[in-house]
Amino acid sequence: MALSLRVSGTALLCSTLIGIPLGAALGLSRFFGRRIVIALLYTGMGFPPVVVGLFVYLMLSRSGPLGQLNAPLIPTLFTPGAMVVAQTIISFPLVAGFTMAAVMGVDPQLRLQVRALGATNWQTTLAILTEARIGVIVSVIAGFGSIISEVGAVMMVGGNIEHSTRVLTTAIVLETRQGNFDLAMAIGVVLLGISFLTNVAMLRLQGRTFDE
Amino acid sequence: MNDFIYRLQNVTKVYEGRCVLEVESLKIHRGEIFALVGPSGAGKSTLLRLLNFLEPPTQGRIRFLDAEFSAGQPMPLAYRRRVTTVFQRPILLNRSVWANVSYGLGLHGKRDQTDRIEKAIEQVGLRDFTRQRARTLSGGEAQRVALARAIVLQPDVLLLDEPTANLDPYNVGLIEEIVQQLNQEVGTTLVLVTHNVFQARRLAHRVALLLEGRVVETADVETFFQSPGDPRTVAFVRGEMVY
Repeated sequence: MALSLRVSGTALLCSTLIGIPLGAALGLSRFFGRRIVIALLYTGMGFPPVVVGLFVYLMLSRSGPLGQLNAPLIPTLFTPGAMVVAQTIISFPLVAGFTMAAVMGVDPQLRLQVRALGATNWQTTLAILTEARIGVIVSVIAGFGSIISEVGAVMMVGGNIEHSTRVLTTAIVLETRQGNFDLAMAIGVVLLGISFLTNVAMLRLQGRTFDE
Repeated sequence: MNDFIYRLQNVTKVYEGRCVLEVESLKIHRGEIFALVGPSGAGKSTLLRLLNFLEPPTQGRIRFLDAEFSAGQPMPLAYRRRVTTVFQRPILLNRSVWANVSYGLGLHGKRDQTDRIEKAIEQVGLRDFTRQRARTLSGGEAQRVALARAIVLQPDVLLLDEPTANLDPYNVGLIEEIVQQLNQEVGTTLVLVTHNVFQARRLAHRVALLLEGRVVETADVETFFQSPGDPRTVAFVRGEMVY
């Protein structure tokens, strides 16, 4: 359970750090190739995790292009680090896509008026993200949902090794296959509990705006 | 009054091949109330956006105090922050009235200015609404919050873009009174865009008529309304169609 949270939590942090700035940039600026990036992002939002798993597997495997480098920052296959990479790739398009939509829903006049009050570009972006906070947090919730429940990719790049890369979802698969339905069910309940508690926490972040 | 706060030279603004503004020369004195009148689409709001340095002119130069603003030369932040605008349709942040008024000061890195914020809210008559959420306010109240969030910054220049266009007479009177007071007591330079000639006459020291992006005539308020020089001004002041 701790590993599940650590892997998905780290991956969520990474995809938030990539996804929110990317979504804000796509929603607020107009640049050459923006439509292509958005099309790729939309594809990424519906990307099968197994395919991501396969891609990361091939990249990180010892004979793969990144695995060969042996660089300290690149995680090895069958470690939690590899799982974080796969989950980040799965979830950041969701975070970016929903953030973009939320940001584009904010009245364009707000941007002008905040700038007129003397905001820098950075402060303006921050103001728009804050105004769009309900949508931005939904984007993080969607990102979290996509990875805490994910099996295929973590199985492939993690390998479901006991005490090392076995997470809740892969444990459920294993226990079910062994016929230990009670244990599988119990883990399932724990997974649902985690998901529920995390979402309650996120809802609190959205603050009072929700009650209006 | 030879102390100019703005000097515009050959300023043009082109949007998608269409020239919406073409001002050969325009000077605005420090401490005056300057009204820009004209029909809608004359380029009044565009001019205000340039004066607030929100968009650069396509050509020409805008001199503000001792700084210059042109296509390739953005206005330094410190100067940009000496000017602010109250727009026709205020967009407030989805927070309390207090948070909206204090927001600009926060942007400028000025915190703990409780007195100033209180005073600004008091000035626009919204003391009882301080904790209320801005979204629940009426149109007139929202515009007064927008005015408060602007004056709390103590700008050198306050630009007003049709600030009372959709408001009831009570709020119009209130807002006119506040800005007049601001001009008299603090000496804030005001540039007022309006299509309401009566409002221009009530408030302004000098008036300019803008037609199809060009300044037709600039004169002090007396001359503008009593003995305008251009036939188009005559027609506009009388309320006849000029376009």
